Parts: sequence; C-alpha cells; structure tokens
Amino acid sequence: MTPLDKVEGRAIPFGLKNVDTDVIIPAHWLKTTTREGMGRGAFESLRADPDNLFDSADFKGAPILIAGDNFGCGSSREHAAWALGDLGIRVVIAPSYSDIFSGNAVKNGILPVVLPQAAIDRLMEVAATDPVFVDLEHQTVTTQFQDRFSFEIDPFRKMCLLEGLDEISLTEKSDAAIGAYEKKLDADRPWMRPAA
Amino acid sequence: MTRPRTLYEKIWDAHVVEQRPDATCLIFIDRHLVHEVTSPQAFAGLRATGRMVRRPDLTLAVPDHNVPTTARLDASGNKLPIADAESAAQLAALEKNAPEYGIRYIDAVAPEQGIVHVVGPEQGFSLPGTTIVCGDSHTACHGGIGALAFGIGTSEVEHVLATQTLLLQPSKTMEVRVEGEVGPGVSAKDIILHITGVIGAAGGTGHVIEYTGSAIRALSVEGRLTVSNMAIEGGARAGLIAPDETTFAYLKGRPYAPKGADWHAAVAYWKSLATDPGATYDKTVVIDAADIAPSVTWGTSPEDVVPITGIVPDPASFADPSKQAAAAKSLAYMGLEPGTRMQDVPVENIFIGSCTNSRIEDLRAAAAVIKGRHKADNVKWAIVVPGSGLVKAQAEAEGLDRIFTDAGLEWREPGCSACLAMNPDKVPAGERCASTSNRNFVGRQGPGARTHLVSPAMAAAAAVTGKLTDVRELMA
Ligand code: SF4
Repeated sequence: MTPLDKVEGRAIPFGLKNVDTDVIIPAHWLKTTTREGMGRGAFESLRADPDNLFDSADFKGAPILIAGDNFGCGSSREHAAWALGDLGIRVVIAPSYSDIFSGNAVKNGILPVVLPQAAIDRLMEVAATDPVFVDLEHQTVTTQFQDRFSFEIDPFRKMCLLEGLDEISLTEKSDAAIGAYEKKLDADRPWMRPAA
Repeated sequence: MTRPRTLYEKIWDAHVVEQRPDATCLIFIDRHLVHEVTSPQAFAGLRATGRMVRRPDLTLAVPDHNVPTTARLDASGNKLPIADAESAAQLAALEKNAPEYGIRYIDAVAPEQGIVHVVGPEQGFSLPGTTIVCGDSHTACHGGIGALAFGIGTSEVEHVLATQTLLLQPSKTMEVRVEGEVGPGVSAKDIILHITGVIGAAGGTGHVIEYTGSAIRALSVEGRLTVSNMAIEGGARAGLIAPDETTFAYLKGRPYAPKGADWHAAVAYWKSLATDPGATYDKTVVIDAADIAPSVTWGTSPEDVVPITGIVPDPASFADPSKQAAAAKSLAYMGLEPGTRMQDVPVENIFIGSCTNSRIEDLRAAAAVIKGRHKADNVKWAIVVPGSGLVKAQAEAEGLDRIFTDAGLEWREPGCSACLAMNPDKVPAGERCASTSNRNFVGRQGPGARTHLVSPAMAAAAAVTGKLTDVRELMA
C-alpha cells in the first residue's frame, strides 16, 4: 500500500449527501476478479453527462473529493474504494461516512477525513477555483486563504495510512493469542464448531 | 457483581482475542460465509502472499449473486453454460478456490444452494451468540437468530481467511423496541420498513441495533431474519434479536447445529446471552406496533417510507433542506408527482425474492394472496425466486409453485436475482418494480429501474391489480 502523508491539489467539490456505493461503482462493475481498472466505472451514471465534474479539465485526476453526509452508504462492496483509488483519489472529505466505507477506504490507502458541514461548505467554495492541502501527520486541512480545519482520526488507522501498512501482517503478530483463544473456545464451548 | 450488559456487549466480550491500547479489539470470527463476488480478489491476495486459510472448517462458500435463476441443468443433467463471461469467471473462481483451500462448498446445482444469508441459518451453520461475517452488507440478516453478523469488504475477507479475526472498534448500542400487536396484513417487512422510515437511513450509524418488544418476540425466525436483514438500511452495522425458544425450535436438528448433549449445553449458553435487566443502550427508540401499516417506499432511499394508504410526499414538506433536494431528485428519478396516492401507482414488474423475503413463510404469504387470482395484464414480468433449493423444494411440496405459475408468475431457481442488477434478472429502465428486496437505490435493479420496496403479500397484491395495492383489501 502506498504510504499517505501530505496530499495537495484540486479537490472535487462534489458535495452530495447519502452517496451510496451503487453511485460510486455500479453493480455491473463488481463482476471482476481483479482490482485494477475500476476507475473507469467510478460515478459512471454521473459521468454519462459530458459536463460532469469528474472529467472536467479542472478536476480530472484530482486527488481529493469533497462530499456530503453519509458518504459510501449502501453495500459493503470494497470496489467503491478501489474505484476511487483507481480514479486517483487519495482523500475524501465529508461530514460522515458509512462505517463499512471508511474502513474499506483506509485499507486501500484512502484517507476519509471527517469535518463539520460548515467546514465542508467553506472548502467547497475554495475548491471551485483553488487547491486544498491535507496533512495527515498534523491532522489538518488547509487552504491558501488561512483556512485551517483540524480533524480526528483513529491512531491505528493513522499509523496504517502513514506507513502504508498491510493489516494482515500486523494481525499475524498476534498468532499466539489467536491460537490461545481457539484452544480455550474448544475447551469451553466445543459445540461451537460446526457439527457436520 | 458484574455490570449488567446488553446482548451485543456479551457477544463482543466473548470474542475479544486481544485489546489494543485504543478501544480497537482483535475479534474472533466464528463463521465466515463466502460468495463468488467479493471473494476472488481475496483469494488472489492469499495466493500472492503465500498465505493459507486459517480455519477452513469455519468457512462456507456458496455462489448466489450472479447465478442465473433459470434452469442450470439440461435435460440429461449436464450443467448449462453461463452466458455472461464475467459471471462465469467469478463462479469458476469460487468453484476452484474453495476446494483448493479446503473450504466447504455448496455448488450452484446442489440442492442446498441458495442465497448465502438464507443458507446459513437454514443449515444451522449460523448460530446464536456467534460472530458471522460475509462480504455482503446484508449479513446483518443472521442477527435474527441472535448472531453478531455484519458485512465486510474484500480486504477484510482476505484478513478473515488468513487469521479468522478482524480488528474492530466496539459499536454503540441502540434499542428499537416495537411493542404491541401488528394489525392484519402487516408483516415483518412492514415492521422494518416502518422502523427505517422512523429512524432514517443514517439513524443507526455507528450502532448495533437490538430489536426488542412484544411485536418482535411474536415473530417467527423467518420474520426476525427479515427485520435484522435491513438493520443496514437504518445505517447500523448489525442487527440483533435475542435468541429464545422460537430460535431454538428453528435450529434444532439442522445439519450444522449442535447435537445431543452439545445441544443442551448450547441452549443453556444461548439463554445466558439475553440483555440483562438494568443494562442500558446508548439510544432507544420505541415504536407502537399499532402504528404500522402495510408500507411502501416512494423514493430512492430506504427511509422514504409511507403507509400504502399514504401519498407521495411534497419535497417542500421536509424540514431539512438537503432532504428536500434529495426528495426532489428521488421523485424525478422515480417519475412521481407529489400528492399522488401510492395506491394509484402502476407497476409493470414484480420481484418476490432476495435474502430479505425469500424464505418459506414469505412464499406462503405471497401465495395466500395470489391463490385463485391472476396477474394483471399491465404486469409484464413477475418472478418468484426462492431463497434456497430447500425452500424451493418445500414450496413445491406445498404446491405453492403451482399457485404462482397458475397466476402467471414465473417460478425460478434460487439466487439473488433482481435484488441487484448483476445477473440476467433486471428491471428495464423507466419501469417500476414492486420488490420484496431491501434496497431502492438508483440503478439497484437495473439502470433507470424504479423500485418500490414492499412485503411479499404486498408484492402479490400488486401483481394481481397491476398497481401498488393495500393487501388488506384483497384479504377475505
Ligand atoms: S439477495 Fe440481495 S442483499 Fe441479499 S445477499 Fe443477494 S444481493 Fe445481497
């Protein structure tokens, strides 16, 4: 996973609320067996409009996406995060996310920044014409106009993103603890194993 | 004295392998359900890193999302080829990956095949008090038998395959209590649609919802699975219903359920899981069952619910300006005018199926309405898709298939079907579908398709009249 620290550049002033994963990547794009190339399907229904933001000269390839409440709601498909990543997005900024989406984003090296609606409104305004700066180390989003918004992030997620860490290798360090749990479970509740 | 705990807290505590310095915990996963769509990249990841599946015995794979629901075998019993190349590739990948990693696999043509969330409880693979994950957000379904079950993404599928654990933050708890008795024609689906309308599509975000109260207790296991299935539509990661005698009676004797002395030990344990008196939830919503009517959605968010006797709302009637904008967009997509009576909305397509409503009780409810009647002429496409091969066989033994086909509905092979537009079952652009599935999102049933979520009995009623209909009017 590519480490993520400072991301600066154009931010797509998208702003919509309740953007579900069917909008981010329609179901027919799920019929793949690899992760690559999914950016072509990102926001497909919106990009059918030739004047859409995503393909405009200003925002094509922009690394930041600004959205409204409950971004990534709907299905658990991780393809949504792959599609955003493949489209070139490293940071999403929104007032809230679906739980599953924000987890999937981090696992795929995308930072989900949570900021209040007022900050979003201001960033939308700036983003229309100017770049936005995201600093994960210092947990800030800034602009060249003295705007400075701090955000919270779970320290573990932060470390994973900063170091580009793969979660499975981290968990494998707990192998002994998992083994001990399994042993105790077999002793305490042997019926938990599938009977047949 | 230990602190009184909720059902959720008890299951969580029993699964903590390790606690990290922050609140994050490494949680043991008791059951992992795998289907063909969200697993190929996970197996590819294992292969690339040379990892094995830690607990193949706790893993069950079954194809469901993009299997066609038309005949799968030819006259001489050979597998028919799958027309869509990408679907065929995903199905072939699962068929190859499962045995390669020693995972239990139910083939697309096996009698037990079905939608993964129907198969889990039906096989007794899903049990109360277990943690269950699957790469599909409606995994919440298994909460209906008292399992902590939730959807995960493909990276997490790979993580569970490799380690049988997940790193999770504890959720907040929310109680949705439905007290009293529901009226005639009101089903579990209407209860959960009504709840979603009340709490909103983000009402449960960050929470696990426990459904309690006499109206929930009165539900069969099938009904409870329907309710918990749609916990995610209210924004929650999972739903839970405390296991009780109804649950135990349902599970007893199922293939993977505990047997003999183990069964008694299991029941004793399951009984200990109920929320303790005095335990508190972070949030409680109380609903009067008498307020719940047969319900229907008008928009493109599952919170857009009205009673069937209601009208299409005016976007201006919402207080929140962003909801006003969303409602206006929804209505444009749905081709509906504010003020239209829901009962005047014609439908051209009927879908009875999905992990929300494809169990035997659902099919019985639909058949009871449609028996001796015929679908309306304006209904072009009406399909009934049982949730599993075993449901299908049971329905056929009861003669339900004949009731449907005599009425002009199609009787299909089990699978996800028109719940999502991934397989050949799709709703044409601009057309409406009265659907027993769980999502009415833009494009969910096909590009441009307009979905109205309803109960099985309501879908059957709509098939008969060709428009959204109050099923109570068709009940003798
Ligand atoms: S029926 Fe629909 S919701 Fe259920 S598992 Fe299949 S696609 Fe997911």
